[in-house]
Amino acid sequence: MEAHHLLREKRTSEIEAILAKYPPERKRSAIMPLLYLAQEEYGYCSPEAMREVAEILDLDPTEVKSIVGFYTMFFEHPVGKYVIDVCDDLPCALRGADQFVSHCERKLGIRAGQTTPDGKFTLRTVMCIAACDRAPVIQVNRVYHYDMTEEAFDRLVDALANENGTGEAPNEQKQGLDVL
Amino acid sequence: MGGYYGSKNKTMEQHVLLRDVDVPNIREIDVYLAHDGYAAWRKALTTMKPDDVIAVVKDSGLRGRGGAGFPTGVKWGFIPKDVFPRYVVVNGDESEAGTFKDHQIIDGNPHQLIEGILLTCYAVQANVAYVYLRGEFYEPAKTLQRAIDEAYARGFVGKNVLGSGFDVDIHIHLGAGAYICGEETALLSSLEGQLGQPRLRPPFPAVQGLYAKPTVINNVETLANVPPIVLHGAQWYRQFGTEKSPGTKIFCVSGRVKRPGNYELPLGKYTIRELIEMAGGTIDNRPVKGVLPAGSSAPILPASALDTKLDYESLQAAGSILGSASFVILDDTVNIVWAARKMVRFFKHESCGKCTPCREGTYWGLRLYDKILSGHGTREDIDMIAEVASQMSGKCFCLLGEFATSPMLSTIKHFREEYEAFIAAHQGGRRNGYDDELIREGVIDEAGNLIVGHVGQKTAHHL
Ligand SMILES: Cc1cc2nc3c(=O)[nH]c(=O)nc-3n(C[C@H](O)[C@H](O)[C@H](O)COP(=O)(O)O)c2cc1C
Ligand code: SF4
Ligand code: FES
Repeated sequence: MEAHHLLREKRTSEIEAILAKYPPERKRSAIMPLLYLAQEEYGYCSPEAMREVAEILDLDPTEVKSIVGFYTMFFEHPVGKYVIDVCDDLPCALRGADQFVSHCERKLGIRAGQTTPDGKFTLRTVMCIAACDRAPVIQVNRVYHYDMTEEAFDRLVDALANENGTGEAPNEQKQGLDVL
Repeated sequence: MGGYYGSKNKTMEQHVLLRDVDVPNIREIDVYLAHDGYAAWRKALTTMKPDDVIAVVKDSGLRGRGGAGFPTGVKWGFIPKDVFPRYVVVNGDESEAGTFKDHQIIDGNPHQLIEGILLTCYAVQANVAYVYLRGEFYEPAKTLQRAIDEAYARGFVGKNVLGSGFDVDIHIHLGAGAYICGEETALLSSLEGQLGQPRLRPPFPAVQGLYAKPTVINNVETLANVPPIVLHGAQWYRQFGTEKSPGTKIFCVSGRVKRPGNYELPLGKYTIRELIEMAGGTIDNRPVKGVLPAGSSAPILPASALDTKLDYESLQAAGSILGSASFVILDDTVNIVWAARKMVRFFKHESCGKCTPCREGTYWGLRLYDKILSGHGTREDIDMIAEVASQMSGKCFCLLGEFATSPMLSTIKHFREEYEAFIAAHQGGRRNGYDDELIREGVIDEAGNLIVGHVGQKTAHHL
């Protein structure tokens, strides 16, 4: 299997389901859902991932690259297996989010914006994620965790770090996503 | 299905929108059906013409809940005759800081949204609807997708719905982290696979929207109002609210209160003070310093405005806007300079970069706040901030740039002495409680020195 056909070989039916949502002559609309799919398969929006999406949509790879660069949820560089987004926008910060981010940094031994050396965790701060009444609030690979405490964060990170040697993430923290 | 999100604050005998507060598991289709679910849809398909649906929504006086408050039925009426296909696009970008109402509707009462979408499609004779959800709504999107699938299975969505001959499909489209995509023209660009940047209006989406076709675009909460209006009628709806602001509205309360959450209330019935009381009052019962009625985008109101009624006109008369009704409460423990900087940082981060006044203005605005908050500010910097904001006013391509000026101008207007006191107390880069976040954002180094030429905070964008 050629590397740059990874998506088309492995996710054929999902690609078709995505393309079917939009008028055939407007298939460019599928760029964002396809990038999510590619990111899942390749780990990030690598040059190969973007080239493959470009080929599916008959676009120039530079156009795909500009879309990737525009949004915060497409990664232009490799990220950890678990991307932890902590909201430190004003409403959350009024309920202790800044101190909470500092704790997350200490626990993971990295600064926000960095990835742990073992490639397991990326920590980011993000703007409001529409759950301010449940602050501090985080997302781990797009899954919400509300009403966080330092203890709850430590438990979560420890569980994800160990994964009982099965390679399986606990509970709902798996990467595999449905087509949306 | 994603976990249920939402606050269960009982504020009405029977909620119109947050019916998940009254009815457990109304997110399940059978429960929804047992509580008038899809009755409006049946009623419309069997007894009403499309124009009748537009008429009842017009008569109800429903105004858009996405921020601008434009009358919904009037907007639907702008769709030109004889141009097909048409589209309905649902705005579920919900990215204004402090806003989390659509989140609860999608998670807690998804079928009412779906029914609203269907009624809108019928009203304007659109056969396809796209629901644009912010990318972070991955879990709510799964809940909504499951609900849509159920609605297809029961024949409420799809080909020849309920034997009416009307075909309608609903698709979810996930964004990927960009506040500007909540602006309707940027949203349409994003949905078309282009950069999510605003377009010139006119043409308005009703005339040339998605794929240059007539398009109705409405907020999630707006559309959740439509089924009860169609089922019970405009007069029924008008028992709630005021003449100019009819109906109920979800108020998102966050910040320094004991019970932050969503509170659905009739418009114009209560005051800001009463809303704060419903939310348990302030933490430790501290005095309120100020209130942001629409997140970062609306001018702050000082404590003297607490008796303002909660409706579009009253908030405007008080010098702010109702917007998305995301009430962020600040008490007297909050440093106004720090709070203003958070908001300016938001706009600096979210400026789409298309036009210079906004891109440069938010950049320089943030730099000035960095300077002050890190203890290097002077009194002249306050005037400079006001100057930067005034230079932006009226010159930005879209409203985001305009919004960005309000935290700067309104906090200086109401709290200038506090700026001055902070600057005086923190002369010479004296360390203060903000070191950690300023270091994290690359504003100062470990020794407290301003980092020259820093580019604002290291954010998700740098990954
Ligand atoms: C910068 C900016 C951000 C916006 N964000 C949102 C949003 O997140 N959700 C929303 O429904 N409307 C948002 N709007 C308003 C939309 O442009 C539009 O007015 C709305 O979707 C119309 O729907 P409505 O009439 O039902 O309110 C935003 C507007 C601007 C200028
Ligand atoms: S005002 Fe800001 S967000 Fe709007 S188009 Fe200009 S740069 Fe983009
Ligand atoms: S400010 Fe953190 S979720 Fe809204």
